[in-house]
Order: sequence, then structure tokens, then C-alpha cells
Amino acid sequence: MAEDMVNALADLKEDEVLKMVQDRLNAGEEPLKILDDARRALEIVGERFAAGEYFIPDLLYSGEILKGITAIVKPELSKTTEAKKLGKIVFGTVAGDIHDIGKDIVAFMLDVNGFEVYDLGVDVPVPTFVEKIKETGATIVGLSGFLTLAFDSMKQTIQAIKDAGLRDKVKIMIGGGQIDEQVRGYVGADAYGKDAIEAVNLAKSWIGG
Amino acid sequence: MEKKWEEMSAAEKRASRFETWLAATGIEFQNAEAEANFKAAVTRFKDIVLMEKVPDRVPVLPFGIFMQTNLYGVTPYESMYDTDKMLSTQASFIKDYGPDYYTTPALVGYGKIFDILDYKQYKLPGHGISEKSAYQYVEGEYMLAEEYPLLINDPTDFWIRCLMPRVYGALDPLKMITPFTDNWEVVTVSAQMIPFGIPPVQNALKALLEAGNEAMAWIQKVIGFEMQARGMGCPGCFGGATKAPFDILGDTLRGTRAAMMDMYRRPDMVLKAVERLTPLAISQGVRGATMQGCPVVFIPLHKGADGFMSDAQFREFYWPTLKAVILGLAAEGCVPFLFCEGSYNTRLEYLKELPETSCMWVFDRTDMAVVKEKIGKKLCIGGNIPSGLLLTGTADDVRAYCKNLIDIAGKGGGYLMCTGTAMDEGKAENVHAMIDFTKEYGVYK
Repeated sequence: MAEDMVNALADLKEDEVLKMVQDRLNAGEEPLKILDDARRALEIVGERFAAGEYFIPDLLYSGEILKGITAIVKPELSKTTEAKKLGKIVFGTVAGDIHDIGKDIVAFMLDVNGFEVYDLGVDVPVPTFVEKIKETGATIVGLSGFLTLAFDSMKQTIQAIKDAGLRDKVKIMIGGGQIDEQVRGYVGADAYGKDAIEAVNLAKSWIGG
Repeated sequence: MEKKWEEMSAAEKRASRFETWLAATGIEFQNAEAEANFKAAVTRFKDIVLMEKVPDRVPVLPFGIFMQTNLYGVTPYESMYDTDKMLSTQASFIKDYGPDYYTTPALVGYGKIFDILDYKQYKLPGHGISEKSAYQYVEGEYMLAEEYPLLINDPTDFWIRCLMPRVYGALDPLKMITPFTDNWEVVTVSAQMIPFGIPPVQNALKALLEAGNEAMAWIQKVIGFEMQARGMGCPGCFGGATKAPFDILGDTLRGTRAAMMDMYRRPDMVLKAVERLTPLAISQGVRGATMQGCPVVFIPLHKGADGFMSDAQFREFYWPTLKAVILGLAAEGCVPFLFCEGSYNTRLEYLKELPETSCMWVFDRTDMAVVKEKIGKKLCIGGNIPSGLLLTGTADDVRAYCKNLIDIAGKGGGYLMCTGTAMDEGKAENVHAMIDFTKEYGVYK
């Protein structure tokens, strides 16, 4: 049954998946086990995206189905056992830019791939990034931006991280609409990724996972 | 004896629209050189679209919304609120930079109108975002899932009584009026007027009147500029604008997330909605082109870009109605100007289905060598200068990039040098480099 659910979720069969989740709960299965299966399925979704079989709507839809699963499972969770996370990532859309869809997809994929993601939201002021890095001890920073004005916001954010003496403690990735290798050089990030899966791969390579 | 419009073929209609554009009726040219420049620019545009002959050189369009004013230190906020200042810098841009075409400052909009209406669908400069930022779309479900039948049944009624009350705070009371189709003959008239007696509805109508007054004052200034620009020898490059039906649904109505979920959860509704929107999108583009006396219809493309949906979804939900819009516009003699933001590498095969010279495609991140090979011999192509290069590269980088584009995509004509995206900022020396280099190197021998 577990494998059926993993496959159904990986194939994005929303109604079937939600019914299977309910059935497994009714059969007395451990809710955490169900969530763990869901995460395995979403890893398959990520692999299919990387292989060019799935696209942005598929990633968003898998997130929607996961929300549905969590809503069913959550009341049954007796205690929240924190799964061990691979590493901490401070993440957000830079100052001046309010675009969130790309950022949300990347944060979601990092999360389901085992990272602790501190999503600061959109239009994040420069000092907020620095404070959050200090507070969490995160070793990776993800900066998202859709507009061209984000180029300078990213540059300023990275400069502030440098000024706070944190630059050699973090790896910085950037991504979004008009971002490319040229912009990466301009803002001084370590890497540019074109999509969520590249972000996951970068994070894994940096954290050694 | 001149043929009536209805009796003309699409090619005859297009020829007539290009003649109107070229005739520049009512324009007072500054001097003979300005007049010659204007006519050369329109002719060049016609040559790249029709592909009957190679133009004198590659035409160049630096596509900007706030870029022109930003280059003179005028913020997007000032641009939206001080129309005189905005227009005077737009004129300076034409004089100082010498582009072949201007992008209309009507794209900037007038801040006061948005304020009166309490517009919520965008964040505007100085309102929750920096005065230096261009306006930014606020993702949301401006149409609810259960409203599909209403949209499909009667789009205008949906717009007036559902969408506009939601998108404009000042028009919220319009949800209290009844459908205008309730009004048939004498017995229904008195009853239908009742909501118009309610004070909140009257306030909404007052807001519309006030916004209308501001719009009239604004558009007179904008038209004044447009006449001035043409008089300087620089034609505007767009007559009308419209959108792909799926983008009207996915950007304007449902928002990105909900539209994407709808493709799984209610595909039939999505298909019916985009089909319903298709004739409306065609009509909007044709009306604009006719009113402006320019055949080119701007169509920004969003949700159909690579990655935003699968090939199967593109084939089912996006392409058929976009194709219908392109063919519908072309049948009326218009020139659809498809502005492909993001990349379109996986969609190029579809473009082969379009009749030769029926439209033009301006790309952002698509591989131009492949574009030229696949569609560039039948359809006009353009674009591809990255915003990152223009804003963070050097003038030499820009010249090298333009040289490569002219060598690859410009070969044999049918190419428009253009930025890959609508620019909100610019780096002076790079914008100069793009324009000057194209004028110099892009001459066909």
C-alpha cells in the first residue's frame, strides 16, 4: 500500500492519493510513516522534473497534493518528531521585488529534499538576511529575484553579508526571471541555478550530502 | 473604385494598414530629414515583416517601459505621477539615443487613475514598494474557481460585476448592480435602475467619472507626445495590444498557481474559458490597430514559455487559442508581435504551423541560431539581448552580442534588433551601444 501511495503521488493522482492516505490512517498506520512516503514520492517528482518529464505546474500540483495529505494526517500526529535535516538554508526574494512563485517552488523542493529552509518571504530587507544567517547559523543562502532591480538588491545583500564577516561561512545561490551567469558575476554569488532542482543539487553539493 | 474593407483579402488589408502608418496623416515633421527617417523606419518594419525584400538595415527597438525615464534619473513613481516630466524625458530619449521606434509611454499609466480606483492587482511605485521600482503584479485568484460558468456564459457581466469590484476597491459596490441583460422593454427599466440609487453604487460611478476625467487629460498629453515623436522622425511600434487567451485566464483572472491547478482539476472549464476569450482578444487587438493607424499588435506571452507547462498541456490549453488569435488578427491585416518572455526553445515546432509572414516573434532567452533555422525564413524574428547583459555588462560586451545576433539572426533580413524583455532600467552607454552598433553594422549590402 505504501508503494502504491508513493507511485500515485509521484504520478500526481490527487484523488487516489488522498483516499489512500485516509485508508492507511484508518488501518492504524503511523502518520509519520505516511508523511515519509509522501516525501519519497516528491523526490521522484523532482527527478522527473530534472529529467524534463515534469514542469512547473507539476511541481506546484505536487505541493498542493502534499498540503492535502498534511491536512488529513496532521490531527493524527501524536508528537512531532523532528526528522534530521541535511542543513540550514536562509532563503528569500530580495528587497524591492515581491515575486514569490519561483521562490516558493525552490523553498518547497529544498524542504522536501531534507533541508531546513528559513523562508523570509518577499521584498526582504538586506539586514534581515544577515540577522537570519547569524541567528540560525545557516551555511547556505538563496536569493531570488524576478525583476532587473533585483540585480542591485542581490549585490547589496551579498555585500552586507561580506561586511558582517559572514561571507566565508556561507555559500550563496541566486535565481529567478532575468538572472543568468552574467548577473551572478555582477552580484558576487557562488552560483546561479535555473530551476528548483539545480538549487537542490547545489545545496547538496555544498553541504556534502 | 476602391474596394470596401470587407471585400479585401488579408494581404490587401495589411497593405492598407501599412499605407496608413506610412502616410503619417496629421503629423508635422520637424524637417525633411525627420520625415525621411520616419518613412525609412516604417518601410524597414514592413520589409522585415513581409520578407519580400531585404531592408536597408536591421531596425532597432530598445523596448522599455520605465527605462527611458530612468535613464534621466526620473523614478517610476515620478513617471506615473508627473506626466509632463515623464513625456519630456521620453522625448529626450528619442533625441539623444535615436531609436528607430518608440514604445508608447501609455504603458506607464497614470498614478492618479489607479489611486482613484484603488487598484489592487498591482503594487505601484511608492505604494508598498519603492518609488524606484516598476509596478509589480500581485498574484491572486481574482476569479474564483466557481466563477468559470459565469465567465463562459457572459464575460462582460463577469468583468463588471465580479472582477472589477474585486480588483478596484472603489468599484466594489458594482457587485450590487444587476446584469444589464435583465433590461428588456418597458417593464424592466424602472427595476433595473434601483441599484443605481444606492449611495455606494453612486460613489463607484463617481469614481469612474473622476478616473475618466483624469484619463482624458492624461491621454491628450500622451497623444501630444506621440505626435511630437513622429514629428521627430520616430514612429511608435505598436498599434494595439492583446493577450493569449490562456494568459488572460492565467495572469489576469486566476493567477499562476490556480490556473496551473485548474489544468488538472477542471480542464474542461479551462478549455471553454480560453475559447470564450479568443474572439474578445482578437477584437481588442484589431480595434487598437485601427484606432492608432499602425498594424502592429503587441502580445506579451507568459504561461506558454518553456517549463511553465508540458508539451501536452501547451498543445491542449495554450496553443490552439493563441494560434486562433494570431490568425484572427492576421486576417484583419494586423501584424501580431509576439513577445516571448523567458525561453521558447521547446515550442518552436508549433510556430511552423503559422502561415508565412503572418506575424513576428521577438524572443528573450531562446536560441536564435535555432530560431533562424526553424522559423526565421518564413516569419520575422527579433529580440534576444539579455537584460543582465544590458545592465551589468560593458558596451563592448553589448556590441559583441549584437554583432553575433546580426550575423546569425539578421542574415537575409527578417530580423528586428530588440531587447529580450521590456526594460525598466538602462545603462546609458550600453543602450547607446545597442542602437549605434546596429545602425552601423546592421546595414545590408
